Amino acid sequence: MVEKKTKKETSAKKETKKAAAAATSQAASPAASPAAPQKQAKVGVFICHCGTNIAGSIDIKAVQEYAATLPNVAHVDNYQYQCSTPGQKKIEDAIKEKGLTGIVVAACSPRLHEPTFRTATKEGGLNPFRFEMANIREQNAWVHMHDREGATSKAKDAVRIAVAKASLLQDLFPKAVKVEKTAMVVGAGVAGMQAALDLANAGIKTYLIEKSPTIGGRMSQLDKTFPTLDCSQCILTPKMVDVGRAPNINLMTYTEVDSVEGFIGNFDITLRKKARGVLTPKEAEAKGIVGGGCNGCGDCEGVCPVVQPNPFEMGMKPRKAIYIYHPQVVPLIYTIDFESCIKCGLCVTSCGDKKAIDLEMKDEFEKVKVGTAILAVGFDLFPIEKKEEWGYKKFDNVVTSLEFERLICASGPTGGHLVRPSDGVTPKKVAFVLCAGSRDNTGVGKPYCSRFCCMYSLKHAHQIIEKIPGVIPYIFYMDIRSFGKAYEEFYYRIQDEGAKFIRGRVSHILENPETKNLTVFADDTLLDRPVQIDFDMVVLAAAVQPSEDTNRTRKLFGVSCSMDGWLLEAHPKLNPCGTTTAGVFLAGVCQGPKDIPDTVASAEGAASAASIPIHKGEVELEPYFAQCMEEKCAGCGLCVNLCPYTALALVEKEGRKVMQVTEAKCKGCGTCGGFCPGGAIWMQHFATPQIMAQIDAFLLGGEQ
Amino acid sequence: MAEEWKPKILGIVCNWCSYAGADLAGSARTQYPPDIRIVRLMCTGRVDPLFIMKAFSDGADGVLVSGCHFGDCHYLEGNYKAAKRMFLVKSLLKNIGLEDRRLRMTFVSASEGAKWAKVIEDVVKTIHELGPSPLTELRQ
Ligand code: FES
Repeated sequence: MVEKKTKKETSAKKETKKAAAAATSQAASPAASPAAPQKQAKVGVFICHCGTNIAGSIDIKAVQEYAATLPNVAHVDNYQYQCSTPGQKKIEDAIKEKGLTGIVVAACSPRLHEPTFRTATKEGGLNPFRFEMANIREQNAWVHMHDREGATSKAKDAVRIAVAKASLLQDLFPKAVKVEKTAMVVGAGVAGMQAALDLANAGIKTYLIEKSPTIGGRMSQLDKTFPTLDCSQCILTPKMVDVGRAPNINLMTYTEVDSVEGFIGNFDITLRKKARGVLTPKEAEAKGIVGGGCNGCGDCEGVCPVVQPNPFEMGMKPRKAIYIYHPQVVPLIYTIDFESCIKCGLCVTSCGDKKAIDLEMKDEFEKVKVGTAILAVGFDLFPIEKKEEWGYKKFDNVVTSLEFERLICASGPTGGHLVRPSDGVTPKKVAFVLCAGSRDNTGVGKPYCSRFCCMYSLKHAHQIIEKIPGVIPYIFYMDIRSFGKAYEEFYYRIQDEGAKFIRGRVSHILENPETKNLTVFADDTLLDRPVQIDFDMVVLAAAVQPSEDTNRTRKLFGVSCSMDGWLLEAHPKLNPCGTTTAGVFLAGVCQGPKDIPDTVASAEGAASAASIPIHKGEVELEPYFAQCMEEKCAGCGLCVNLCPYTALALVEKEGRKVMQVTEAKCKGCGTCGGFCPGGAIWMQHFATPQIMAQIDAFLLGGEQ
Repeated sequence: MAEEWKPKILGIVCNWCSYAGADLAGSARTQYPPDIRIVRLMCTGRVDPLFIMKAFSDGADGVLVSGCHFGDCHYLEGNYKAAKRMFLVKSLLKNIGLEDRRLRMTFVSASEGAKWAKVIEDVVKTIHELGPSPLTELRQ
């Protein structure tokens, strides 16, 4: 009884205060400005139980009763699952029956269901932007599970704050913009290649950008692929050739993204074509050198006196200052490493009439316009020498898995004969150390599972059994994660072939300085005893990490990353290829460790997602634009400098300067609106009176 | 000031990082005190010093502004601009005799759910140490 009375008093108090607040905000916005006064607001409030997700921690009935006492509220309701069809229908019906002017749904995060309820609002005949969400699940019920009272009172406040905003919401209209019928894929590993091919085959002109001189990426360094054991080059090379030939793909190797401007549909991207020192036949033709340009003959390489380690062969094979990584490169064009080139000019002479070599070449910049972009920037190996206990780079015969791939590959530095780096002898006892730097919470290493090391280590074991009679591979593992299609069967097969499995992490490795043999110390956790075994060679299945370029590239495109640096998808389940930047998508390992099948699948997903806006031809931009209330604008121009998108400018109007917005450039951050000294900027959907009403509703409208 | 005092803390957060981080804390069911109310903006660059002053004059005991990490703002540099303004507002607060610790700016990314929970715990603790805003008493 007593409680009821207080409540009534409170709401009465609130009513006057709210009314006052509304009055000031309306008075502050003269007619003819975007803040034109509205007719009396009628807000409908819908509270979702979300099964027991919300109802389990929050007293829905209490929140509903409370909502009914709030000013401007004309309708309250609750439902088990507000996002379901009947739930949405309730909203549509209430709008029609009660003539509501604003909708509040108290449910999950607007990042999840704002689009859903905007549609429902629209179906009910109201402008979809007259909808506001109160997040009482992710930011309430789920984080205050043991404080029903606290959660319920927080939910009431959230509803009150949302109602305050909903009372002041206005009709807004998204801006439709045309989408450039061109796409870009950054990174030409197997993910980028697949994505580019899919886009090209769907009839979309695609720029495929690769920072190294050839396409193919990590997969081209591998010998065989698990679990089918097909040769990596054999399945990849035809794809590389296809990419090189596809008329819709504009392949640009040795090129980096330099800057990105614009937004979905109209990205203006500047590319830096690094000075390659060698002209392609096309470039030569453009320069009037008939029949010239690089044809990949390799004469230059023969005469070049500078010898450098070849990174493609993990430094185990030499290359010259003018080089190709390997014979199958696409495009087959030589590249000069200007850092080591001594400009002796021997190559120029040997090239002769083809005149392909230009030792004075400079980086060039090219501007292109694309509608959507896919990032497929791949991964690097974690620098495993940081785990000093395993002696990589200290002990000759400790190698990484990628070095092993090159050593066992027929096109590699040893012609496919696995040998010890120290003495060239074929090893008879080889240890494979799994989770080397993965699933590692020591601070040195990565906490996550690198996801494909178990499987390729099984493959490695198989390969040496096949190639070296009498060899015994030992696999030191934590768990064998053989989760994919036909992976578990592959695991059994390797067991049957005689590989030995020891479950336990390798604590450290010692080297016999004379024989260069290695002693591995580990804990056999199944037998619960320490083990100490001598080996000829140790292969570390090093963790993977985002490639060197990932961070720079993601910042250019405005994409977030997880704590480990992997690029962040818009939603792990519902939008795994999208990002929070509209029009930018992710493919392959840059989003998180993936094996080849998953990488290609994600690339196809990204290509399909990136082609949708292009095929639609038009996208809608959220209308959160800045507007100038000219009667208040003093023409100081502070906002012009604040805008990161050059969307604002001062123009002459009726003899004085006022600010003008180019809506197509404005992304709605509100940075200008946050600092306009005269309060002359109206941020649509996040207008000052709307935000002030929210603040007032929280602090003045509460139980006092 | 009967029973247990519940601080009133306003959180102004950007949509892309901190709001998403707070959502992640939710999906992970990371528990934290319920003493904060959130107003979501697209970017912390939108935060007008006026919003903060209004909150304090309305009786807020604390204000948290939370956005993306530097270099990660969805709109390039809104958070730098917001951070600059925070210094300004903090000195204003000091001038009117309010502890500037009542205003805090943090950077929580979309993947830092656990950090969000810690930030809230920390902010709530600070405000408990400082007690109710002196402005609230003045108003009454
Ligand atoms: S979008 Fe998060 S601070 Fe700008």
